[in-house]
Amino acid sequence: MTRTAFDHQLAEVQEDMVELASMVETAIERSVQALEGRDIELAHRIIDDDLKINRKRYETEEKCLELFATQQPLAGDLRTIVAVLHIIVDLERMGDHAEGIAKVTLMLGHEPPIEPDIDLAPMAKIAIRMLVGSVDAFKDRDAGRARAICDEDDEVDALYDKAYGELVTHMVNDPETIDRATHLGWVAHNLERIADRVTNICERVVYLVEGKIEELNVSKY
Amino acid sequence: MVQEGLQRALSQSFMAQTSGQAGGTTDDLPRGPVAETRDLNVWYDDFQALRDISLQVPGHRITAIIGPSGCGKSTLIRCFNRMNDLIAGFRSTGDVIFQGQDIYGKGIDPVEVRRRIGMVFQKPNPFPKSIYENVAFGPRINGYVGHLHEIVERALRQAALWDEVKDNLRKSALTLSGGQQQRLCIARALAIEPEVILMDEPCSALDPAATLKIEDLMRELAREYAIVIVTHNMQQAARVADSTAVMMMAEDRAGELIEYGPTKEVFTNPKEQRTEDYITGRFG
Repeated sequence: MTRTAFDHQLAEVQEDMVELASMVETAIERSVQALEGRDIELAHRIIDDDLKINRKRYETEEKCLELFATQQPLAGDLRTIVAVLHIIVDLERMGDHAEGIAKVTLMLGHEPPIEPDIDLAPMAKIAIRMLVGSVDAFKDRDAGRARAICDEDDEVDALYDKAYGELVTHMVNDPETIDRATHLGWVAHNLERIADRVTNICERVVYLVEGKIEELNVSKY
Repeated sequence: MVQEGLQRALSQSFMAQTSGQAGGTTDDLPRGPVAETRDLNVWYDDFQALRDISLQVPGHRITAIIGPSGCGKSTLIRCFNRMNDLIAGFRSTGDVIFQGQDIYGKGIDPVEVRRRIGMVFQKPNPFPKSIYENVAFGPRINGYVGHLHEIVERALRQAALWDEVKDNLRKSALTLSGGQQQRLCIARALAIEPEVILMDEPCSALDPAATLKIEDLMRELAREYAIVIVTHNMQQAARVADSTAVMMMAEDRAGELIEYGPTKEVFTNPKEQRTEDYITGRFG
């Protein structure tokens, strides 16, 4: 016996989730790019595109709820839909963090960078790598990989500590930089939160594969 | 032998798990096994219907048996009160233990077994008598000489039917709705004070509202009895049962127990791929 229609719907919500992850990945990449280049136009586009991310999340959520109501999913199917429901919420919030970075770019406008500049790109790079890895772990049903990705959150936390320390130093040494440094602190915080949310996705992957709900990484923030 | 050992280990390990498990409304009650099968094999003439079934039924709990058609669910549940004795060609090996005794042992009276292990069937089957007489029938033929009306009222109350029929006890049971008739059959089973209630697809002939009433009733009854239910309705097993046993047909069509565990685990994270395939509707 097969459940062709249900299998199709189940595949569709997972594809939607992967597509949403791709939209969020692009938003994060672009948000850091806009910040570095003080690209106001790109920042506006990220903010506009966040509406598409939100819409995609709600569309996918509705499809999941419809599957609960009409198909009574059980076992692996149930865990898949529950995982998707949780993951799309985290993805949507990650989109909000990217939007937050874009708004900082608008606030900074064409103000000169802090000298020496704070390099937040490595944080963004690791966060994006973690996001892509978590989605791959979902697609491959790879709980081991999901667990390993969570360990990378410590690197992001360490980079956040470093950036925070540097920003405080700037503010102490040159009060003129307080506004700009505070804004950059928000960016660092947004990136740190993105990495935290990836660990939530990894927890859902472990649940999907092993049926266990466990906290994989307690962030220090 | 390996298979037998596995079956027993599966059942015992589950009992160990449930002894500390929360869930349902009967957590405060003892849940040691009241009945069990050990390496049970059943044949109808040359056809083997069950193979090496070891299953423990905990007290004050609802145990569901699910599986595709023909996998031996009904054969298994009917072994618990020797209902299969009446079928030509039936024979079995292994043990069916109730309160420490093999009910297929020498000198065991099957009628007494059926008094202590009651049964409710797929289709409500009240006698063509009054509501009162349906419930009083069992105690009467078992020689009860006390106040029958007390037993009748208690059984009807336990079956959540009293308020609906108390003014019409002399009316024919056949005037009741299907759901009421099934609760009457449950009251009839309760009147002889069994220790275990077997239910073989008790809601398959009922509408959704009547089905939910029976399910509520089962949860209530589990405070006093061990209940074993065979059901094709997996949502029903998920709703009412504390533990779920999954049966499948082997290549030679003999029924085998492939998984037994807490219901929430069987339906959210089954250990066996065949269970997963069955409950997700991809097999069977």
